[in-house]
Amino acid sequence: MLAQARVAMPATARPGDIIEIKALIRHPMETGYRVDARGQPIPRHIVRRFAAVYGGTEIFRMEMTQGVAANPFIAFHTVATETGEIVFVWEDDLGATTEVRKTIEVV
Amino acid sequence: MPAKLLIGVLGAALLAAGAAPADPLPSGTSFLSDELRTLEADAASNPGMLWVDEGERLWSTRAGAANRSCADCHGAAESAMRGVAARYPAVDAARGDLLNLEGRINRCRTTHQRAEPLAYETDALLGLTAFVARQSLGLPMQVETGGAAAPFYAAGEAAFQRRQGQLNLSCAQCHRDNAGRSLRGDVISYGLGAGYPAYRLEWQTLGSLHRRLRSCAFGVRANQRDYGSAEYLALELYLAARAEGVAIQAPAIRR
Repeated sequence: MLAQARVAMPATARPGDIIEIKALIRHPMETGYRVDARGQPIPRHIVRRFAAVYGGTEIFRMEMTQGVAANPFIAFHTVATETGEIVFVWEDDLGATTEVRKTIEVV
Repeated sequence: MPAKLLIGVLGAALLAAGAAPADPLPSGTSFLSDELRTLEADAASNPGMLWVDEGERLWSTRAGAANRSCADCHGAAESAMRGVAARYPAVDAARGDLLNLEGRINRCRTTHQRAEPLAYETDALLGLTAFVARQSLGLPMQVETGGAAAPFYAAGEAAFQRRQGQLNLSCAQCHRDNAGRSLRGDVISYGLGAGYPAYRLEWQTLGSLHRRLRSCAFGVRANQRDYGSAEYLALELYLAARAEGVAIQAPAIRR
Protein backbone atom coordinates (compact mmCIF):
# COMPACT_ATOMS: atom_id res chain seq x y z
CA MET A 1 0.00 0.00 0.00
CA LEU A 2 1.38 3.35 -0.97
CA ALA A 3 1.84 6.27 1.32
CA GLN A 4 -1.40 8.01 0.63
CA ALA A 5 -0.66 11.69 0.63
CA ARG A 6 2.05 14.31 0.94
CA VAL A 7 1.51 17.81 2.26
CA ALA A 8 4.25 20.43 2.15
CA MET A 9 3.97 23.70 4.01
CA PRO A 10 6.19 25.83 6.24
CA ALA A 11 6.46 24.65 9.85
CA THR A 12 6.73 28.18 11.18
CA ALA A 13 5.50 31.59 10.03
CA ARG A 14 4.99 35.10 11.33
CA PRO A 15 1.45 36.38 11.93
CA GLY A 16 0.02 37.69 8.68
CA ASP A 17 2.47 35.81 6.47
CA ILE A 18 1.04 34.38 3.28
CA ILE A 19 2.05 30.73 3.17
CA GLU A 20 1.85 28.26 0.30
CA ILE A 21 0.45 24.80 0.93
CA LYS A 22 1.02 21.94 -1.52
CA ALA A 23 -0.99 18.75 -1.28
CA LEU A 24 -0.46 15.61 -3.35
CA ILE A 25 -2.42 12.37 -3.11
CA ARG A 26 -2.13 8.98 -4.72
CA HIS A 27 -5.40 8.26 -6.48
CA PRO A 28 -6.32 6.61 -9.81
CA MET A 29 -9.00 9.23 -10.68
CA GLU A 30 -10.80 6.71 -12.87
CA THR A 31 -13.18 8.71 -15.04
CA GLY A 32 -15.99 6.18 -15.41
CA TYR A 33 -15.91 6.63 -19.18
CA ARG A 34 -13.50 3.78 -19.91
CA VAL A 35 -14.16 0.09 -20.46
CA ASP A 36 -11.99 -2.84 -19.42
CA ALA A 37 -10.56 -5.60 -21.64
CA ARG A 38 -13.98 -7.35 -21.67
CA GLY A 39 -15.86 -4.25 -22.65
CA GLN A 40 -17.37 -3.78 -19.21
CA PRO A 41 -17.50 -0.18 -18.01
CA ILE A 42 -14.98 0.68 -15.30
CA PRO A 43 -16.89 2.45 -12.53
CA ARG A 44 -16.01 6.01 -11.76
CA HIS A 45 -13.56 6.36 -8.90
CA ILE A 46 -12.39 9.88 -8.30
CA VAL A 47 -11.57 12.12 -5.40
CA ARG A 48 -14.74 14.19 -5.10
CA ARG A 49 -13.77 16.66 -2.51
CA PHE A 50 -10.68 18.11 -0.89
CA ALA A 51 -10.83 20.47 2.07
CA ALA A 52 -8.42 22.10 4.48
CA VAL A 53 -9.48 23.19 7.95
CA TYR A 54 -7.25 25.55 9.91
CA GLY A 55 -8.01 25.91 13.60
CA GLY A 56 -11.62 24.80 13.07
CA THR A 57 -12.23 27.09 10.09
CA GLU A 58 -12.43 25.79 6.57
CA ILE A 59 -9.85 27.75 4.55
CA PHE A 60 -9.95 25.88 1.25
CA ARG A 61 -12.31 23.50 -0.50
CA MET A 62 -12.24 21.98 -3.96
CA GLU A 63 -14.84 19.88 -5.72
CA MET A 64 -13.17 17.66 -8.29
CA THR A 65 -14.53 16.12 -11.47
CA GLN A 66 -13.51 13.43 -13.95
CA GLY A 67 -11.36 15.97 -15.76
CA VAL A 68 -8.69 15.94 -13.05
CA ALA A 69 -5.69 13.69 -13.77
CA ALA A 70 -4.53 10.82 -11.57
CA ASN A 71 -2.62 11.67 -8.39
CA PRO A 72 -4.03 15.20 -8.12
CA PHE A 73 -1.70 17.95 -6.93
CA ILE A 74 -3.27 21.00 -5.33
CA ALA A 75 -1.43 24.16 -4.29
CA PHE A 76 -3.04 27.12 -2.57
CA HIS A 77 -2.20 30.01 -0.27
CA THR A 78 -3.49 31.07 3.09
CA VAL A 79 -2.65 33.63 5.75
CA ALA A 80 -0.90 32.37 8.87
CA THR A 81 -3.06 33.61 11.72
CA GLU A 82 -2.39 31.43 14.75
CA THR A 83 -0.39 28.47 15.95
CA GLY A 84 -2.48 25.40 15.34
CA GLU A 85 -3.33 22.41 13.27
CA ILE A 86 -4.36 22.29 9.64
CA VAL A 87 -6.37 19.22 8.74
CA PHE A 88 -6.46 18.11 5.10
CA VAL A 89 -9.19 15.69 4.03
CA TRP A 90 -9.72 13.97 0.69
CA GLU A 91 -13.01 12.10 0.05
CA ASP A 92 -13.48 9.75 -2.88
CA ASP A 93 -16.37 8.03 -4.66
CA LEU A 94 -16.05 4.85 -2.60
CA GLY A 95 -16.46 6.82 0.59
CA ALA A 96 -12.79 6.44 1.53
CA THR A 97 -11.26 9.42 3.24
CA THR A 98 -7.61 10.27 3.72
CA GLU A 99 -6.65 12.70 6.41
CA VAL A 100 -3.34 14.47 6.97
CA ARG A 101 -2.68 16.75 9.94
CA LYS A 102 0.06 19.36 10.00
CA THR A 103 0.85 21.87 12.68
CA ILE A 104 2.10 25.35 12.04
CA GLU A 105 3.78 27.54 14.62
CA VAL A 106 2.98 31.22 14.23
CA VAL A 107 5.33 33.47 16.18
CA MET B 1 22.64 36.40 -2.18
CA PRO B 2 20.87 35.17 -5.35
CA ALA B 3 23.55 36.72 -7.58
CA LYS B 4 26.34 35.12 -5.56
CA LEU B 5 24.55 31.80 -5.62
CA LEU B 6 24.11 32.06 -9.38
CA ILE B 7 27.81 32.75 -9.89
CA GLY B 8 28.64 29.80 -7.66
CA VAL B 9 26.33 27.53 -9.64
CA LEU B 10 27.69 28.77 -12.96
CA GLY B 11 31.25 28.30 -11.74
CA ALA B 12 30.54 24.76 -10.65
CA ALA B 13 28.85 24.04 -13.99
CA LEU B 14 31.85 25.42 -15.92
CA LEU B 15 34.27 23.41 -13.82
CA ALA B 16 32.24 20.26 -14.35
CA ALA B 17 32.08 20.90 -18.08
CA GLY B 18 35.81 21.48 -18.23
CA ALA B 19 36.62 18.25 -16.41
CA ALA B 20 34.38 16.02 -18.54
CA PRO B 21 35.84 14.62 -21.76
CA ALA B 22 32.81 15.68 -23.78
CA ASP B 23 29.67 17.64 -23.01
CA PRO B 24 26.92 15.32 -21.83
CA LEU B 25 23.90 14.95 -24.09
CA PRO B 26 20.79 16.98 -23.18
CA SER B 27 18.70 15.07 -20.66
CA GLY B 28 15.05 14.21 -21.11
CA THR B 29 14.18 16.95 -18.64
CA SER B 30 15.57 19.59 -21.03
CA PHE B 31 12.78 18.73 -23.48
CA LEU B 32 10.03 19.44 -20.96
CA SER B 33 7.99 22.62 -20.75
CA ASP B 34 8.85 25.09 -17.98
CA GLU B 35 5.76 24.00 -16.07
CA LEU B 36 6.71 20.32 -16.14
CA ARG B 37 10.29 21.12 -15.18
CA THR B 38 8.96 23.01 -12.17
CA LEU B 39 6.70 20.07 -11.32
CA GLU B 40 9.69 17.71 -11.50
CA ALA B 41 12.12 19.87 -9.54
CA ASP B 42 9.87 20.44 -6.52
CA ALA B 43 9.69 17.36 -4.31
CA ALA B 44 6.38 18.66 -2.93
CA SER B 45 4.71 18.55 -6.36
CA ASN B 46 6.52 15.69 -8.13
CA PRO B 47 4.03 12.78 -8.11
CA GLY B 48 6.93 10.32 -8.36
CA MET B 49 7.76 11.21 -4.77
CA LEU B 50 4.69 9.21 -3.69
CA TRP B 51 6.62 6.10 -4.75
CA VAL B 52 9.84 7.36 -3.17
CA ASP B 53 7.91 7.57 0.11
CA GLU B 54 6.82 3.97 -0.38
CA GLY B 55 10.42 2.92 -1.11
CA GLU B 56 11.62 4.68 2.02
CA ARG B 57 9.09 2.74 4.06
CA LEU B 58 10.14 -0.58 2.48
CA TRP B 59 13.84 0.22 3.00
CA SER B 60 13.40 -0.32 6.73
CA THR B 61 10.70 -3.03 6.52
CA ARG B 62 11.93 -6.52 7.36
CA ALA B 63 11.23 -9.19 4.76
CA GLY B 64 11.93 -12.81 3.87
CA ALA B 65 13.13 -15.84 5.81
CA ALA B 66 16.17 -13.88 7.00
CA ASN B 67 13.82 -11.28 8.49
CA ARG B 68 16.14 -8.47 7.53
CA SER B 69 15.46 -5.06 6.01
CA CYS B 70 17.62 -3.19 3.52
CA ALA B 71 18.54 -0.83 6.37
CA ASP B 72 19.74 -3.69 8.60
CA CYS B 73 22.66 -4.30 6.22
CA HIS B 74 23.10 -0.99 4.39
CA GLY B 75 22.16 1.48 7.10
CA ALA B 76 20.95 4.90 6.07
CA ALA B 77 20.15 5.04 2.36
CA GLU B 78 21.15 8.72 2.15
CA SER B 79 24.81 7.77 2.55
CA ALA B 80 24.89 4.08 1.58
CA MET B 81 22.97 4.46 -1.70
CA ARG B 82 24.40 7.80 -2.78
CA GLY B 83 25.92 7.41 -6.25
CA VAL B 84 24.76 3.81 -6.69
CA ALA B 85 22.23 4.56 -9.44
CA ALA B 86 24.94 6.37 -11.40
CA ARG B 87 26.95 3.12 -11.69
CA TYR B 88 24.08 0.87 -12.80
CA PRO B 89 23.51 -1.32 -14.80
CA ALA B 90 26.62 -3.15 -13.60
CA VAL B 91 27.98 -6.69 -13.76
CA ASP B 92 27.42 -8.76 -10.63
CA ALA B 93 30.92 -9.86 -9.59
CA ALA B 94 29.73 -13.15 -8.08
CA ARG B 95 27.55 -14.41 -10.92
CA GLY B 96 28.87 -12.49 -13.91
CA ASP B 97 25.47 -11.35 -15.14
CA LEU B 98 24.33 -7.81 -15.81
CA LEU B 99 22.03 -6.24 -13.22
CA ASN B 100 20.11 -2.98 -13.31
CA LEU B 101 18.83 -1.37 -10.12
CA GLU B 102 15.68 -3.51 -10.16
CA GLY B 103 17.81 -6.62 -10.66
CA ARG B 104 20.16 -5.65 -7.86
CA ILE B 105 17.27 -5.08 -5.47
CA ASN B 106 15.81 -8.47 -6.34
CA ARG B 107 19.22 -10.17 -6.08
CA CYS B 108 19.54 -8.69 -2.59
CA ARG B 109 16.05 -9.93 -1.76
CA THR B 110 16.67 -13.50 -2.90
CA THR B 111 20.21 -13.95 -1.54
CA HIS B 112 20.36 -11.81 1.61
CA GLN B 113 16.73 -11.47 2.69
CA ARG B 114 15.74 -14.87 1.30
CA ALA B 115 12.50 -13.34 0.09
CA GLU B 116 10.56 -13.64 -3.14
CA PRO B 117 11.78 -11.30 -5.88
CA LEU B 118 9.48 -8.38 -6.61
CA ALA B 119 7.76 -8.20 -9.99
CA TYR B 120 8.42 -5.32 -12.37
CA GLU B 121 5.94 -2.42 -12.22
CA THR B 122 4.69 -3.33 -8.78
CA ASP B 123 4.48 -0.40 -6.39
CA ALA B 124 7.03 -2.14 -4.17
CA LEU B 125 9.75 -2.55 -6.83
CA LEU B 126 9.06 0.84 -8.40
CA GLY B 127 9.15 2.40 -4.95
CA LEU B 128 12.42 0.81 -3.88
CA THR B 129 14.04 1.58 -7.23
CA ALA B 130 12.88 5.18 -7.16
CA PHE B 131 14.00 5.56 -3.55
CA VAL B 132 17.48 4.18 -4.30
CA ALA B 133 17.80 6.22 -7.50
CA ARG B 134 16.66 9.34 -5.67
CA GLN B 135 19.72 9.15 -3.41
CA SER B 136 21.85 9.92 -6.51
CA LEU B 137 19.81 12.95 -7.51
CA GLY B 138 21.98 15.36 -9.51
CA LEU B 139 24.99 13.03 -9.71
CA PRO B 140 26.40 12.34 -13.19
CA MET B 141 25.90 8.95 -14.83
CA GLN B 142 29.12 6.97 -15.01
CA VAL B 143 28.76 3.27 -15.85
CA GLU B 144 31.51 0.73 -16.44
CA THR B 145 31.55 -0.42 -20.07
CA GLY B 146 34.89 -2.26 -20.21
CA GLY B 147 36.11 -5.49 -18.63
CA ALA B 148 33.32 -7.87 -17.70
CA ALA B 149 30.73 -5.37 -18.96
CA ALA B 150 32.22 -5.20 -22.49
CA PRO B 151 30.13 -8.01 -24.06
CA PHE B 152 26.93 -6.57 -22.57
CA TYR B 153 27.84 -3.12 -23.85
CA ALA B 154 28.45 -4.54 -27.34
CA ALA B 155 25.10 -6.34 -27.24
CA GLY B 156 23.39 -3.14 -26.14
CA GLU B 157 24.99 -1.13 -28.91
CA ALA B 158 23.92 -3.75 -31.45
CA ALA B 159 20.35 -3.63 -30.10
CA PHE B 160 20.38 0.19 -30.32
CA GLN B 161 21.39 0.08 -33.98
CA ARG B 162 19.32 -2.88 -35.13
CA ARG B 163 16.26 -2.08 -37.23
CA GLN B 164 13.14 -3.71 -35.85
CA GLY B 165 9.39 -3.91 -36.17
CA GLN B 166 7.01 -3.31 -39.05
CA LEU B 167 8.24 0.28 -39.27
CA ASN B 168 11.79 -1.10 -39.60
CA LEU B 169 13.30 1.54 -37.35
CA SER B 170 16.29 1.32 -35.04
CA CYS B 171 16.59 3.21 -31.76
CA ALA B 172 19.52 5.10 -33.32
CA GLN B 173 17.48 6.43 -36.23
CA CYS B 174 15.27 8.43 -33.90
CA HIS B 175 17.24 8.96 -30.71
CA ARG B 176 20.70 9.49 -32.21
CA ASP B 177 20.22 10.72 -35.79
CA ASN B 178 17.07 12.81 -35.25
CA ALA B 179 17.17 13.69 -31.56
CA GLY B 180 16.01 17.23 -30.89
CA ARG B 181 13.80 17.26 -34.01
CA SER B 182 10.04 17.10 -34.05
CA LEU B 183 8.04 13.92 -34.34
CA ARG B 184 4.37 14.81 -34.63
CA GLY B 185 3.52 16.83 -31.55
CA ASP B 186 6.64 16.01 -29.59
CA VAL B 187 10.40 16.49 -29.70
CA ILE B 188 12.56 13.37 -29.93
CA SER B 189 14.79 12.96 -26.89
CA TYR B 190 18.24 11.39 -26.82
CA GLY B 191 16.75 8.36 -25.09
CA LEU B 192 19.10 8.43 -22.13
CA GLY B 193 16.94 7.02 -19.35
CA ALA B 194 18.69 8.99 -16.59
CA GLY B 195 15.32 10.00 -15.11
CA TYR B 196 13.87 6.50 -14.64
CA PRO B 197 11.85 5.26 -12.92
CA ALA B 198 9.89 8.20 -14.29
CA TYR B 199 6.35 9.48 -13.90
CA ARG B 200 4.99 9.56 -17.44
CA LEU B 201 1.93 11.70 -17.95
CA GLU B 202 0.73 9.26 -20.59
CA TRP B 203 0.82 6.45 -18.03
CA GLN B 204 -0.48 8.56 -15.15
CA THR B 205 1.85 6.54 -12.97
CA LEU B 206 5.49 5.79 -12.29
CA GLY B 207 7.12 3.29 -14.66
CA SER B 208 10.42 1.56 -15.18
CA LEU B 209 12.81 2.11 -18.08
CA HIS B 210 11.88 -1.33 -19.39
CA ARG B 211 8.24 -0.28 -19.58
CA ARG B 212 9.42 2.71 -21.61
CA LEU B 213 11.43 0.44 -23.91
CA ARG B 214 8.37 -1.75 -24.39
CA SER B 215 6.37 1.36 -25.31
CA CYS B 216 9.01 2.25 -27.89
CA ALA B 217 8.86 -1.27 -29.32
CA PHE B 218 5.08 -0.98 -29.51
CA GLY B 219 5.49 2.34 -31.31
CA VAL B 220 7.57 0.83 -34.10
CA ARG B 221 5.37 -2.28 -34.07
CA ALA B 222 8.19 -4.57 -32.97
CA ASN B 223 8.11 -7.54 -30.61
CA GLN B 224 8.17 -6.37 -27.03
CA ARG B 225 10.79 -8.07 -24.87
CA ASP B 226 10.03 -9.20 -21.34
CA TYR B 227 10.70 -6.96 -18.37
CA GLY B 228 14.26 -7.60 -17.23
CA SER B 229 15.15 -9.45 -20.45
CA ALA B 230 18.81 -9.77 -21.45
CA GLU B 231 18.27 -7.52 -24.48
CA TYR B 232 16.71 -4.70 -22.47
CA LEU B 233 19.39 -4.97 -19.78
CA ALA B 234 22.15 -4.68 -22.39
CA LEU B 235 20.32 -1.81 -24.06
CA GLU B 236 19.91 -0.12 -20.67
CA LEU B 237 23.70 -0.35 -20.20
CA TYR B 238 24.31 1.19 -23.61
CA LEU B 239 21.85 4.02 -22.92
CA ALA B 240 23.49 4.64 -19.55
CA ALA B 241 26.88 4.85 -21.26
CA ARG B 242 25.48 7.36 -23.76
CA ALA B 243 24.15 9.31 -20.80
CA GLU B 244 27.64 9.66 -19.28
CA GLY B 245 27.81 12.90 -17.33
CA VAL B 246 24.03 13.45 -17.42
CA ALA B 247 22.64 14.25 -13.97
CA ILE B 248 20.23 11.69 -12.52
CA GLN B 249 16.74 13.17 -12.17
CA ALA B 250 14.78 10.23 -10.78
CA PRO B 251 11.88 10.22 -10.38
CA ALA B 252 11.61 12.43 -13.46
CA ILE B 253 8.49 13.68 -15.19
CA ARG B 254 8.16 12.56 -18.79
CA ARG B 255 5.37 13.10 -21.28
